[in-house]
Amino acid sequence: MALSREQLAQRVAQELQDGYYVNLGIGIPTLVANYVPKGIEVMLQSENGLLGMGQFPTDDEVDADLINAGKQTVTMATGASLFDSAESFAMIRGGHVDLTVLGAFEVDCQGNIASYMIPGKLIKGMGGAMDLVAGADNIIVTMTHASKHGESKLLAECTLPLTGKGCIKKVLTDLAFLEIKEGKFHLLERAPGVSVDEIVKLTAGELVVPDNVPEMTFS
Amino acid sequence: MSGFNKVVESYEEAMSGLEDGMTIIAGGFGLCGNPENLIKEIKKKGTKGLTIVSNNCGTTNHGLGILLHDKQVKKMVASYVGENEEFERQMMSGELEVELTPQGTLAEKMRAAGAGIPAFFTATGYGTPVAEGKETREINGRHYILEESIKGDFAIVKAWKADTYGNLVFRKTARNFNPMAATAGKITVVEVEEIVQPGELDPDHIHTPGIYVDRVIKGNFEKVIEQRTTRPSA
Repeated sequence: MALSREQLAQRVAQELQDGYYVNLGIGIPTLVANYVPKGIEVMLQSENGLLGMGQFPTDDEVDADLINAGKQTVTMATGASLFDSAESFAMIRGGHVDLTVLGAFEVDCQGNIASYMIPGKLIKGMGGAMDLVAGADNIIVTMTHASKHGESKLLAECTLPLTGKGCIKKVLTDLAFLEIKEGKFHLLERAPGVSVDEIVKLTAGELVVPDNVPEMTFS
Repeated sequence: MSGFNKVVESYEEAMSGLEDGMTIIAGGFGLCGNPENLIKEIKKKGTKGLTIVSNNCGTTNHGLGILLHDKQVKKMVASYVGENEEFERQMMSGELEVELTPQGTLAEKMRAAGAGIPAFFTATGYGTPVAEGKETREINGRHYILEESIKGDFAIVKAWKADTYGNLVFRKTARNFNPMAATAGKITVVEVEEIVQPGELDPDHIHTPGIYVDRVIKGNFEKVIEQRTTRPSA
């Protein structure tokens, strides 16, 4: 079975470490906040100017001056700090964020990512994504492995305009967890009940499959 | 005006001198911390052929989006322009020129302009459409592109409080691009929720010193929330 959105978030959350500053992109990455492992502390960075993002507010707590990068109302966690956009991107571009999680339309085995534009169809802009992928060392891309029509999104070469070049090393799809190195995808884990053959079939870029590919485990 | 007193009494006065074809730098992240009344004044004024530099272009009916109704905007420089149908329509039909700019690069372009830095190298956008036509350089094994700063004929800013000298304090995430925008305008206009006397703001807590600010006006704010998201009360 392909992973659900919630399971994707749970698997990413397993990569969190105590003391991490983390930037979560819009969509599935946002859900990761719900699965921070017990006993560790992480602080969420929101690129519109908040380090230490808390949960959503109750009706009484809603404040138009306090939103996240998805423009949703939020609260501040204890120990939060507020700052302007240049400061926020100094954190991001200066490599101070420990983990970045974001979505993508396509990735390829050179570590390129396309996530912000489909020419002629979807032109919304890159927001902070280009800064995040250029500035972070530790990035996890969450995405579906293939389109609804079975076309792979893990390619030999991205076809859409790039968000970043040679910057992606880890990809979590609904079928597999993969690493990108030396110009190839390397299969690390597979979703429970998903066969290696199925992953091979839906991966267009060169894929290295080790003898043993463990299934992901969820507690 | 006398001495350092920057306070103006009307929005008309606040935006006086704005002419067709000028460049305006605007603070705000979506509708959060956007100078909503200064934008309404620009709409009322009917100034045309504007280049607007701001993270977003508001929504269809709020914020900078309202300047699209009468086609006042010639060019938009922004990082994210979703959630605005009229914007999309004008962009696709070619009526509106759009320069998509990474958010951090946009903030830095404003900051640099205000600091007298004409251009800077950044890794952001290298190897992407953003790099097209730009100078590149390899420094210590990494590739960078040269991005130019952006100065505005006007900067329009929303702050929480100002004193009459134009010292500013912002509130929560409504700060966003506002402090950088404030430094990057030839004329910087700030609207605030409260104006106090000099000395009432703790000098240690001033986010933007008054030297960057030319005009201050007190306004009433609608503060539209784009994505009201809540959890149940316990």
